[in-house]
Amino acid sequence: MSWFSDNGLLLGLATLDGLSYAAAIFMVAVGLNLIFGVLRVLNIAHGSFYAIGGYSAASLGLMFAARGLPAWAAFAALAIAAAIVGVLLGPPIARLLRRTQHQEPVLQLLVTFGLFMILEDLQKLIWGVQPIVFDRPLKLLGNVDVPFAGDLIPFTRYQLFVLPGIAIVTLVALAWTLRRTLFGRMLVAVTVDREAAISQGIDADRITMVTFTIGTALAALGGALSSATASLVPGVGAQTIVLSFAVVATAGLGQVEGAAITALLIGLGRSTAIYFAPELEVVIPYLIMVGVLLIRPQGLFGVIETRRI
Amino acid sequence: MAFECIGSTLTRREAFAAMGVGALVLSGRLAQAQAARPSELRVGIATYLSGPASVFGVPGKQAAELLIEELNAAGGIAGVKVRPIFVDEGPGVDHFVGEYRRLVQSENVNILFSAISSADCLACAPLADELKRPTLLWDCGTQRIFEEGKYEYAYRTQANATPEILAPLLYLLRVKPDFKTVAVVNQDYAWGRDSWSLFKTGLETLLPGVKVVAELFPKFGATDFSTEVTRLLALRPDVVLSTSWGGDLDTFIRQSADRNLFERSTFVLPLAESSLQRVGKALPAGHIVGARGDHWFLHPSPKDPALLKRFTDSYQARFGAYPIYPCHHMAQAVFAMKAGYEKAIAAKGGAWPNDAELAAAFRGLEFPSLTASVKIREDGQGLENQIVGTTFHSDKYPFPVMTDMVVFEAAKITTPVGQKSVDWLKTLTPEVIKTLPAPVAFKG
Amino acid sequence: MMRAREILVAAVAAAAILLLTLAVPWLRFVFTIAIAKGITVLGILVLLRAGQVSFGHALYLSFGAYIVAFAAPFCPEALLLLPLAALGATLLGLVIGLFVSRYRDIFFGMLNLALSMVFYSTLEKFYSITHGTDGIRLARTTFLGMTLTPETQAWTALGLALLLAAVFAILVRIYLESPMGHGLSAIKTREARLEFMGISAQRVLLAAYVLSAFMAGCGGFIVAMATRQVTPSLAYWTASGELVFIAILGGTGSVLGPFLGAIAYELTRVYAAALFAEGWQMILGAVLLLVILFAPGGLWSILRRMARQRVGRDARP
Repeated sequence: MSWFSDNGLLLGLATLDGLSYAAAIFMVAVGLNLIFGVLRVLNIAHGSFYAIGGYSAASLGLMFAARGLPAWAAFAALAIAAAIVGVLLGPPIARLLRRTQHQEPVLQLLVTFGLFMILEDLQKLIWGVQPIVFDRPLKLLGNVDVPFAGDLIPFTRYQLFVLPGIAIVTLVALAWTLRRTLFGRMLVAVTVDREAAISQGIDADRITMVTFTIGTALAALGGALSSATASLVPGVGAQTIVLSFAVVATAGLGQVEGAAITALLIGLGRSTAIYFAPELEVVIPYLIMVGVLLIRPQGLFGVIETRRI
Repeated sequence: MAFECIGSTLTRREAFAAMGVGALVLSGRLAQAQAARPSELRVGIATYLSGPASVFGVPGKQAAELLIEELNAAGGIAGVKVRPIFVDEGPGVDHFVGEYRRLVQSENVNILFSAISSADCLACAPLADELKRPTLLWDCGTQRIFEEGKYEYAYRTQANATPEILAPLLYLLRVKPDFKTVAVVNQDYAWGRDSWSLFKTGLETLLPGVKVVAELFPKFGATDFSTEVTRLLALRPDVVLSTSWGGDLDTFIRQSADRNLFERSTFVLPLAESSLQRVGKALPAGHIVGARGDHWFLHPSPKDPALLKRFTDSYQARFGAYPIYPCHHMAQAVFAMKAGYEKAIAAKGGAWPNDAELAAAFRGLEFPSLTASVKIREDGQGLENQIVGTTFHSDKYPFPVMTDMVVFEAAKITTPVGQKSVDWLKTLTPEVIKTLPAPVAFKG
Repeated sequence: MMRAREILVAAVAAAAILLLTLAVPWLRFVFTIAIAKGITVLGILVLLRAGQVSFGHALYLSFGAYIVAFAAPFCPEALLLLPLAALGATLLGLVIGLFVSRYRDIFFGMLNLALSMVFYSTLEKFYSITHGTDGIRLARTTFLGMTLTPETQAWTALGLALLLAAVFAILVRIYLESPMGHGLSAIKTREARLEFMGISAQRVLLAAYVLSAFMAGCGGFIVAMATRQVTPSLAYWTASGELVFIAILGGTGSVLGPFLGAIAYELTRVYAAALFAEGWQMILGAVLLLVILFAPGGLWSILRRMARQRVGRDARP
């Protein structure tokens, strides 16, 4: 109990940091998870979508600022960039993956690996290697002071409200779409059993294409949101994707709420580790994943697939 | 230049098209004999063209292109034109070792500049001796190379981690002699760990009793430091050290600045010279920055002011940025190559030196840098001055510049020949701080 | 018939490699690394028979390499270091295999990935022992008591690599033909049938997994001997991805596929880097896409198709 009274306040701070980190990884992982659901392929290029989304948002935002557009345009730039990346990259890549749909899963996986390699270099050719940042949205909102043991700790409003806010809106919107709309129900049907869905007259290819585009745009939005706080450098995609993989496997496949809870676990686990056991910070996501899969082999929210004999 | 590039790709593409045993055998054979004056001088340059470290690798490459063009315009080295061949260090050591061999045995380069990564330098120094090809270690930091090994063909044309970390430490002890607590936020890889252990050893020797309140090693390439920043805000250490660089450092500086951490602690950023132009005035005044050498385009007392100005202006005009430290390191390698060849040719009475003669010429060589001169010691280590300053916001530049600059004399802060850095640091006394030169203010 | 041809192709390829290395010294290193990776990919191929993709096998390769780097100062004999690396990787493979062989598909792949990343992070964390990313320089080694110079060590590495490649190729061939090997195919098609026959699918997969770890450990030994600098980047997830890439590039139809793929991969990488230093990744990615789209059986299937056409043409009057 005395440990808690000593460190309880620190845990509070760790929670604030963990929330925003969780929001950031949720944005990337949920798109990956959706795509996995309909395509049954882990999209390695998803990390590149994140990076390209970030770069595009920074370019667009800087362009808007140079043209003298009003301040709110900075936020619009993030959303517009994400939508553009989703629409430009999503459909052609989904089509490419469809070509390999009837081949072995490992071949599909490697198609995305090949795309990842190409996109990594492409983004370097377009944006160069110098770190790029676009912090206007963050600057516009300013800071808020959080009291802590007689002290005041400044947090940016962007980190405290915008990131978690957008993640929550995304989560609710996705959950609502999947449960309440026709498109969402068709998507769920394709995720659960593609053949059965097709036999019911669902255009599985179209659903896949749209889902892939949405997933891509979500990754790009994740990147765009991070471009306000972090400098983009070559290699950021490779870093992002491993973390998202851990989230997806821990969450259970195709599970939106699972992705949210896993992201929270990882976010809180990581920030707590930085306070109390900094050496563990880097391995926390993997330890959580291994731990969860030891107890629930199908992931936190996964459903045991019926074995078709 | 562009034309040359196309030409070289074509021949290699032809070789590739043939993939022919014949073509390969031929290129392999060529590698053996030489000593006659070559028609061109090929220099293999290993640098980062992919991955996060390309923030250094690409400016280094740009500087090499610029300087070699200038060198060729002035007649090359003893009348021989120089042609650079660049290879990417990005894919890791196992690939790099293959590339190094290819440069020597297939491209038949006369000399190599290698590398940015310390792992690549540790791997290529013994290879240089094995393949007997002169190699200039142009940018890597680790002090282990010449403290743990002896090489005939590998030489370093710049300082190493010890003076690069000791200089900012001494500067800190001078301007803020009474601090009580320090925290570190370094990248979680060899350089981050190594530089912290050097800093800590020096600090414990020179100012015992300072408390280390947090040792944070976020992963290399991290994009979110908010937890680290929160923790530092709560701990309020007097000093925050970070030897991070590139995107990591930019992000750390921004996220710290956004949350006013710079108002609570004095930052010591030994590599921040390379980030100043990117972070701009987000980095407040009054914090300590270093440059991995005496590399600063506004150096207060360059040996040859015209040289520094000419290079700075032409680099700025061509690439749209002021040169940063890897550009200086590359310049040192180019200048060392020229000086080494000239020394070896003179020693041979005007005849072209072979590999061994050229390598021997680097030992004890003194050559100009953009700001001063560098001497290669008998163990192969370069003696390079260090500049450390305090950030200052001037109206003349859209980013912070250095003021209260101290230029540290290389010999005083470099581990003597035959000693290990960590042992040597323990023998320092506070006397060294008292004998430092007076700081020089920024002059608009 | 097919077996005789495979042996012939392998023998010709080995002879060609030796000749090329004699003529073109810099290729020796490239080929040695390629064969080391080929040996590791052989293990991936075994797992692919069961439909399981490990996205973390660089773990065993790097583990073997680190064992060599750590043990060499105390035990410089190459012929002892090799079994040591193999044994270490095998034991690690057994421990991890007991855990991951319960999982299939993406979970299997991701758990392997996660564990290899944990190992990668560990190498960074224990900086004082491993020197982190700077890596460990391999101490002088001996072969049958004779101290190896860098030159003879490089030849030893290549010689041992070729020998191991031959032994493992034959071994894996026999293994895949055995009931255990057929059990793997059963895991891929209908695992439940295996269980109905009273065979534990988990045990079949575990055996394959341990075998693959064993071979990867040997591959790690060769990488350490050839590069003489062992760094954590060997364990990064992209290195594992590369191994799967090689498996598909070469083709999973034959035990020669991994070696074909590895040599093609390394040569493409070297030439792509020479042609276009800033964009070699893009070239490799494009090659991978083209192979998957137009020759999903990999290079081996292209070779076989060419050989068949030749036979067809010859047979015509």
